[in-house]
Amino acid sequence: MHRVQVLDARGITRALERIAAELVEKVADEKLLYLVGVQTRGVPLARRLAQALAANTGAQPPVGALDISLYRDDVGPWRAAHQQPVLHATDLPHSIDGRVICLVDDVLYTGRTVRAALDTLMDYGRPQAIRLVVLVDRGHRELPIAADYVGRTVPTARDEDVQVRLRESDGEEGVWIAKEVV
Amino acid sequence: MRVQPALRLAGKDLVGIDPLSPGEIQLLLDTAEEMRAIAERPIKKVPALRGKTVVNLFMEASTRTRFSFEVAEKRLSADSLNFSASASSVSKGETLIDTARNLEAMQPDFIVLRHQYAGAPHQLARILKASVINAGDGAHEHPTQALLDALTIRIRRGTLAGQVVAIIGDLQHSRVVRSNVLLLSRMGATVRVAGPPSLIPIGMEELGCEVHRRIEDVLAGADVVMMLRIQLERQGRMNFPSVREYYDFFALTPERLKLAKKDCLVMHPGPINRGVEIDSRVADGPQSVILEQVTNGVAVRMAVLYLLAGGHGEPASD
Repeated sequence: MHRVQVLDARGITRALERIAAELVEKVADEKLLYLVGVQTRGVPLARRLAQALAANTGAQPPVGALDISLYRDDVGPWRAAHQQPVLHATDLPHSIDGRVICLVDDVLYTGRTVRAALDTLMDYGRPQAIRLVVLVDRGHRELPIAADYVGRTVPTARDEDVQVRLRESDGEEGVWIAKEVV
Repeated sequence: MRVQPALRLAGKDLVGIDPLSPGEIQLLLDTAEEMRAIAERPIKKVPALRGKTVVNLFMEASTRTRFSFEVAEKRLSADSLNFSASASSVSKGETLIDTARNLEAMQPDFIVLRHQYAGAPHQLARILKASVINAGDGAHEHPTQALLDALTIRIRRGTLAGQVVAIIGDLQHSRVVRSNVLLLSRMGATVRVAGPPSLIPIGMEELGCEVHRRIEDVLAGADVVMMLRIQLERQGRMNFPSVREYYDFFALTPERLKLAKKDCLVMHPGPINRGVEIDSRVADGPQSVILEQVTNGVAVRMAVLYLLAGGHGEPASD
């Protein structure tokens, strides 16, 4: 396995701080902001982004967690691995009606996760708007989906693996591009 | 120590608790616990089983289990077909296998079978491509009931390991007790059963439980007490002198419940016979979780359908 680091711990922090600043600039009414992390690594990222926003505005927006497993388009016989995604909790502490939802995920790749997340959110209410925040955009979209706020755009090949490791879940921190060495 | 959940269910069917490993049981319970939240949402439906067809083949009367499966199927967006023995060609003499083959010709993905004979789901599972789910076969197994009971205990107690569970009543005719003893003992609980000697089958202890003849002996120090329904309709004749005498010796009364731990959970698979196996003061009392069992039943059946829909066997080479 050959691994190249594209973001270190400091890089992740700075990317989130920059996104927080952009959000403050672009969202007309910050009080409507509501961050929703996609399980699993989107959740700690959403929490950190909320702290970065609090440092900017003095007020921390609510943070929720969204599990999209039951809305995926690859459950059942289409799945190669013959294994259903493990379910995680969806926890939206406040109603999403009328809010500006910032959907937070670690990597944007095919766009299928985001499609599933949009469908999941719509079953919980009617937000005023949904924006997409990703730490890494690695390209290769299969659906017409684009992120509004990107930490880092990283050109990749399809056979490469983008590994996001966060101290909350993985004990190390950084983003790597990994490739199986044949 | 917590059992590590399996990555997937190994088989295409759920015919009983017996073929399941502790890891598979853990996976089913973990998945069911997350499924519970769907009932609390404004839209109580997810698209996970969209386009899947489920045949509910109930060859024996059932209201609760059939409704519970139907609710689970609808919450996962599957299409349900209901088939009951009385209104079908079974009453014209068709065999179970012919009925199932005819249904399979319509390409269902799941068959949920309730049947009066032990082993009927196993036989269908062998000959059909669809996933077969046992919703109760004779006096043999009722795996989704045992799973929902275990989920109820786990949510209330945090774990199954080390719990002392007393199961009391008609052990002879109960499929609930068999599946429960297998599941609970496999997950590290201690199971003690008691009932009238005429309703204790030979070899009961081989399932992995202590067998007693007095309700007082199994209640002492219990964390959970499960009362079984006296299945009057299953007995050619009464195996005890009278309902009144059964109540006197085996019913769970407030006085007897005091023998168990102070916060002992009271469970019953339903439908309850008030004043026969359980006193109304207990059934409706603060320790009763009988209605939580019903709620958890839907979540457990959703988990079974969801996990079986994921396919089975060896993973592809990716």
